[in-house]
Amino acid sequence: MSRIWKKYRFLILRRISQIALLVLYVGGNYWGWKILQGNLSSSVLLGKVPLADPYAVLQIFSTGAIVAADALIGAVIVTLFYALIGGRAFCSYVCPVNMVTDLANYLRRKWKLDKFEKKWWASRNIRYWVMGLSFILSFLLGTAAFELVSPISITHRGIIFGMGFGWTVIVAIFLFDLFILKNGWCGHICPLGGFYSVVGRYNLFRVRHNQPNCTLCMKCKEVCPEKEVLYMIGKKSQIVDMGECTLCGRCVEVCDDDALYFSIRDFVTKGE
Amino acid sequence: MDQKRRAFLVSMAQNVAIAATGGILWAAYVDEAKAAPLILRPPGARKEEDFMSLCIKCGLCVEACPYDTLRLAKPGDHKPLGTPYYIPREVPCYMCDDIPCVPPCPTGALDIQSVTRQENGKRVFDITLMRMGVAIVDIKDCIAYWGIQCDACYRACPLLDKAIYMEMRRNERTGKHAKLLPVVDPDYCTGCGLCEHACVTEIAAIKVLPRDVALGKVGSHYVKGWQGSDENRLKGSKGIKTTVTPRSKKSPVESLNEGINFE
Repeated sequence: MSRIWKKYRFLILRRISQIALLVLYVGGNYWGWKILQGNLSSSVLLGKVPLADPYAVLQIFSTGAIVAADALIGAVIVTLFYALIGGRAFCSYVCPVNMVTDLANYLRRKWKLDKFEKKWWASRNIRYWVMGLSFILSFLLGTAAFELVSPISITHRGIIFGMGFGWTVIVAIFLFDLFILKNGWCGHICPLGGFYSVVGRYNLFRVRHNQPNCTLCMKCKEVCPEKEVLYMIGKKSQIVDMGECTLCGRCVEVCDDDALYFSIRDFVTKGE
Repeated sequence: MDQKRRAFLVSMAQNVAIAATGGILWAAYVDEAKAAPLILRPPGARKEEDFMSLCIKCGLCVEACPYDTLRLAKPGDHKPLGTPYYIPREVPCYMCDDIPCVPPCPTGALDIQSVTRQENGKRVFDITLMRMGVAIVDIKDCIAYWGIQCDACYRACPLLDKAIYMEMRRNERTGKHAKLLPVVDPDYCTGCGLCEHACVTEIAAIKVLPRDVALGKVGSHYVKGWQGSDENRLKGSKGIKTTVTPRSKKSPVESLNEGINFE
């Protein structure tokens, strides 16, 4: 039992966090709970504190519209939280699509699909192109362009307000990640993930690699959804400094040699 | 070196082409998906164009609505995804005095100013100021226009005798009865849809439509000469240019009488 906890502690925490947030939002709509109302685009915490998706607010600004104070304050609060503390944790602790893509990725490993599958190569920078494009399209079309197609919003809204045909989007992402491109959606395309990678680039909490302990088993790289961030494994003791790290902690828990652990960014030491 | 430059340029062109292809598909979808000329928006909603820029699709207005009038468009509703709307025939707007749906809007897509007025130095809510749409009567399928007595919509109207009033007309078919006909005054109609909800016909004969779809516009060149305030618009105008043709030189009477022998 304790072994299961040790090997899956962050995964369990993440699932609890993701599901608890969904339950709170659903309660906000159906049973009038005042803990979290709205959805991930914009919400009210405890009936008072406004929260807003800063990426959505930026798209609205791109259309030329000026949002009211609530959305602006909400976006600032969320941005500050992820910039200082959360990093890109939105993707692994909050986003409901993460559960879909994690399942696809798990099956990929379990069925050893990577061994047989035709490999497609795609740049992990596509998300930044998509993000740039979303601002341009928002400006040209006068509406927040990604918000009208966002699978994250469709999934999250679907769970809270009614799914309609939204489930087809979830199926599409699942199949895409399972059979077409490994970590396809979250790791390559999603501009919201890209946005939080940029915002959370210099946050406080980071995974740190302790090179002398490393036995080069590469279990961390196998589970990591953004394995390019683990470029220092077996080479150098340092923090995982790339913004794309979602702080999901999978590498920390699969490591049998205590070569990876959560720590606080050392702002004084050079190079971090 | 030249080879390297070539490779670089080709890969650049490739990236730009992918972005352009994706962008065009994306834009084409969004541009079609956001167009919903017949959608009815929540109280206080700004003009559809501005609304579509501002709405962040959070559903706070939907959650605030005590009657579940408002709903968020989901895939399959054929409405701009995630934006709030209502279907008056199913659940109309009951025009709450305290307007719970408008203040929660975080982006200002629902404009509080448009549903408040100044009273004794402070702003108070006035739901009758909202303009979600306007009711239109289909006079061929309204049974009151057939001569059958029905005033369901009139009775349901929260602004009775203002937004809907009954007009009496002689029933030419029987020759001895009156028809009482519901007539909508768009100056007062809020578009709440209680009339459409109450209508007794199989498909409602009174329907709420977006105001810019249902209503016309006269244009500034017509002036209500009998209304002082409208007549004022002519002040400072430099007069009207009159086109003079050989025929219009004469007065109308002269022109009409020309060539007629009155003997």
